[in-house]
Amino acid sequence: METQKVAIRPALSQAGNTRTASRALMDNWWKQLGEADAAAQPVANTFVMGSLAEVLNTFDIPMSFPEIAALQTAVKGKAMDYLLAAEDLGYSPDICGYVKVDIGLHATGRDHPLGKYPKPGMVVASNMCNTYIKWAEVWERQYGCPVFVLDLPGWRGTGFEYDSSSETFRNDVKYVEGQIRDLISLSAEVSGKKFDIDKLREILGNVNRMSELYQSILAMNKNKPAPFNALTEGINYMGIANILRGLPEGVEFMETVLAELEERVAHGVGALTDERYRLLLVGTACYTNFRDFVGMFERWDGVFVASEYMSYAGGGIDRGLHYDLSRPIESLAEQILITSQPSMSGIFFSHEWQAKMAEEYDVDGICYHGVKSCRTTAAGLPDAREWLLNNAGVPGLFIQSDLVDSRLWAEAQMRNRIDAFFESLQSRRVQSGV
Amino acid sequence: MEEELNEIIEECRTAVEDPEYPAVHQWLEENSNGKVLGHFQVYFPEEIAHAAGMLPLKMKGFDSSVQIREADAHIAAFVCSILRTSLEQALSGRIDFLSMYVTHPICDAARHLNGVWTRQFPELSCQILYLPQNAASPHAPAYLLAEYRRIAGIIEEITGTSITDESLLASIELFNENRRLLRELYQIRRETPEQIGLTDSYLLMAAAGAMPRERHNELLGRALPLIRARDNHPQDKLRIVFEGGYCEQPPIEMLSVLQDVAYVVDDDFMIGLRWLTEDVPTSGDPMRNLAVAYLETSDYSPVQRDPRKPKEDMLLKRIHQSKAEAAIVAAPKMCEPGLEEQVAYDNALTAAGIPHLIMEFEEKTTNFEQARMEIETFAESLLFEFV
Repeated sequence: METQKVAIRPALSQAGNTRTASRALMDNWWKQLGEADAAAQPVANTFVMGSLAEVLNTFDIPMSFPEIAALQTAVKGKAMDYLLAAEDLGYSPDICGYVKVDIGLHATGRDHPLGKYPKPGMVVASNMCNTYIKWAEVWERQYGCPVFVLDLPGWRGTGFEYDSSSETFRNDVKYVEGQIRDLISLSAEVSGKKFDIDKLREILGNVNRMSELYQSILAMNKNKPAPFNALTEGINYMGIANILRGLPEGVEFMETVLAELEERVAHGVGALTDERYRLLLVGTACYTNFRDFVGMFERWDGVFVASEYMSYAGGGIDRGLHYDLSRPIESLAEQILITSQPSMSGIFFSHEWQAKMAEEYDVDGICYHGVKSCRTTAAGLPDAREWLLNNAGVPGLFIQSDLVDSRLWAEAQMRNRIDAFFESLQSRRVQSGV
Repeated sequence: MEEELNEIIEECRTAVEDPEYPAVHQWLEENSNGKVLGHFQVYFPEEIAHAAGMLPLKMKGFDSSVQIREADAHIAAFVCSILRTSLEQALSGRIDFLSMYVTHPICDAARHLNGVWTRQFPELSCQILYLPQNAASPHAPAYLLAEYRRIAGIIEEITGTSITDESLLASIELFNENRRLLRELYQIRRETPEQIGLTDSYLLMAAAGAMPRERHNELLGRALPLIRARDNHPQDKLRIVFEGGYCEQPPIEMLSVLQDVAYVVDDDFMIGLRWLTEDVPTSGDPMRNLAVAYLETSDYSPVQRDPRKPKEDMLLKRIHQSKAEAAIVAAPKMCEPGLEEQVAYDNALTAAGIPHLIMEFEEKTTNFEQARMEIETFAESLLFEFV
């Protein structure tokens, strides 16, 4: 394990294309947000789950994703400055760190490490995370901007199935469609533009294509070795999928990713030189110590071949989202509702999905990473871990830190637990004679 | 007179505080085929369950009388106490009598309850009632009506009893009466707080969720005239509003500290029991009336988004209507919506020049000295200021 590995990798023509493209696209996104802010053009604050980018892009309303902006401050080592600024205003250490980073940014001049952080001209917040709504109310109070809440009824409990012919489904669609029509009116008002249904149709078509490509990208990791790390590289794919949802550049990016991964698979090139353990990540990343966190798994030659994060934070495009372009608004309502079930409710009931993923991706173990910042993704993880172990025989590791708050990162403890987990995986292999 | 009132309060205390649910067991003994529906905070239209002959039980947490032995292994560390203690009650077998359990996605942590319960109790019907988070939307009433009908259908399947307009109407009338009595109790608190202490008032109110409403109506119907008939002398105490008890409840001992120091003339404890602020109309479609009442004539809490009811404005209204001089803005430990709302409340109260104390609590707290010191210091500083 400690010996130095020498990687002999074939020269690949597509190598680095994804990274180059994602950097350029992200830089451009920040540039556009800065320009919009400078020109006092209304920017919509929206979220990775239930962004309704389809509608906002139809009106050319620039979208700011505060979750993405917040995690980027942590990766850049700046999150604490903003967290403390928010705590100075009275926000508790026990609430979502993303919210506090955002509040801190707004309180300190909106200078983000990657560019000017715009003021919201409107907000789209779905109920896929309750904190989104509370967060939206902070901007509503601060800037007086209109807040649109997209209320999506989710999975209803034991025995619930979304049968598209059922009365419940029809009622839910009606509710969601009504809200989407309300958002269309609000977007027209904010942007000063008329609604163009053909433009919406075109954007939906692009989302369909992005969804197909995203699914193919995820499936690449069924190969051995897995061509990408679902935590490190996967987050890049997901980030671009969100900020460019429905735009031609987003489709092109997904094509670039897929081409690079296909080439890696064709040449047997994996994310790791010597893949020994295939892991599923349930929970989110730890952005304050992103490389350290990943490194603790890689030193055991463990690679994240799949991640629930890439599912729910991908806005449903991993679930075969397919809009019917002949009836765009109705189909948008139906598809958002259908794909929000596994994406939103799946977080709370994902044990069966995890078992299926473990089988399909030949996973050795599951890492449950609970973060204090996000009860949505973290609160029920210990229970899910127990269920997977007892019912599917998949071992799990439950660890805790945070998305953006470095005060919650305990390196020695984390390393000890991760090492112990890999030791147990190792002994399972020895015992089973693999 | 005092003896009778004490007996009533003791019955309420037992129903609220005893983790073995004696009032529920008594009801089950008297109703051999009776079924119990447990529902988590904040609001559930209990009339629907009642109309099918079920006993609706408002699931709450518990203080240190319930020891956490198993629940911590199922829920992450950084969530509030009520999620753990209510789950512990289930894991310890104390609520095996439930035939149905309903949660609502009130916060990100509570959204996990249904999944955890489903995995732990696969035989129990665990349901989620999706109350609208877009409450001001013109599409919300039709959606909510459909959702109530869906829940009613499941209740009918479990009980084998049809919910008719007549049975639902009868239940609405019973619950209207209950809410009227609770409004009267709070009116006494606002007008003559010396007549009833906070802890006794709390027990009389909270028992509504822990015993059959018929019995609760009877108890309150007897208690209120007895309280009004008291001849207590007003004391020179600060009049305050307590905000932050809409879900997890502070331990009774903490309420006792509060009542020692001030008159708590209004609060949001167990607000779901008082969510509907007016009688639900008894003419027309009763299910529709219930749905419309939830949206149109209802109180507020940090876990409902309704732009028609900005929460800080609603708090100011509560303070003004109760003629309170100050407020305690509390939140349970690790309660994300409550903690987030504290800042908005703080800003609004500061702007309005209303003295207030920001604090946190936990239902399982056993040491109240710090809370006593904080509250006493706050009250004394104001009393001196007012002098």
